[in-house]
Amino acid sequence: MKTAVLVFPGSNCDHDAYHALKHVIGVDAAFVWHKESSLDGFDAVVIPGGFTYGDYLRSGAMAKLSPVMGAVRRFAEGGGPVIGICNGFQILLEAGLLPGAMIVNDSLRFICDYVHLRAGTDRTPFTRGIPEGTVLKIPVAHYQGNYYADEPTLSGLEERRQVVFRYCDPEGEVTSASNPNGSARNIAGICNEAGNVLGMMPHPERCTEEVLGSADGRRLFDAMVAWLGERTA
Amino acid sequence: MKAKIYVTLKRGVLDPQGKAIHASLTHLGIDGVEDVRVGKFMEITLKEIGREEARRRLDEACRRLLANTVIEEYRIEIGG
Repeated sequence: MKTAVLVFPGSNCDHDAYHALKHVIGVDAAFVWHKESSLDGFDAVVIPGGFTYGDYLRSGAMAKLSPVMGAVRRFAEGGGPVIGICNGFQILLEAGLLPGAMIVNDSLRFICDYVHLRAGTDRTPFTRGIPEGTVLKIPVAHYQGNYYADEPTLSGLEERRQVVFRYCDPEGEVTSASNPNGSARNIAGICNEAGNVLGMMPHPERCTEEVLGSADGRRLFDAMVAWLGERTA
Repeated sequence: MKAKIYVTLKRGVLDPQGKAIHASLTHLGIDGVEDVRVGKFMEITLKEIGREEARRRLDEACRRLLANTVIEEYRIEIGG
């Protein structure tokens, strides 16, 4: 089982993702430079956070044109699990692999804090075994995490069970007070229609060990490993 | 040949920066401002490819990179 951690100019959570996968979860992991055009031999892909290309023009706007994104598209079309975290989520949106877009936080502040997430569906490889309504404590760190999509798109996401995480309070109530950035319908993470591509603003790779304040992020990667095990079995 | 491209958030998409600037203008005592929208301005220098061709290429550039049409709209001005 081998996971790819993509590296673009300006990625800065790539080592965190690598550490979580290789040293905490214990699966094989490798960095893949954005100029690569193949993901052959990999079983899962992580698009880590950071500030690719300095967020020039828009977050993820330049990265979507990197050669590796063609490979990500083919990998996703083949049903392979892809998770885009923070800037990785923004790249997936810009690339059109997920619907919607990010605008600046309604507070106009960079937010770096632990938040609570309510799981919305267990149909992705990263949430298999995490029942709907489960509350996870995972940190966010972003300036442009205010998820936007027009109303028909939002309704479509709900109908097709593509809302994977919503910001909530510690009890799991989805309230406006628990929405850190103004995201439409408190959306923190969504998946594609097939369910194999997940984008989320919070950083599960930053909380895979209790010493870091929470180990809840580990559950997503454990789920991925279990899902891949079932797939190859 | 020069072209100017204006990219702005669509009406209906919240513009927190515009709102903050509006509040600051009011704070400065500059009254009568109804709304502020923040956008991007790009000046592009082109080879002499003809206005029609320039517009076609820049429209493609806007759709594929310069603007995110989920949240933004764009306007192209082709000058002399």
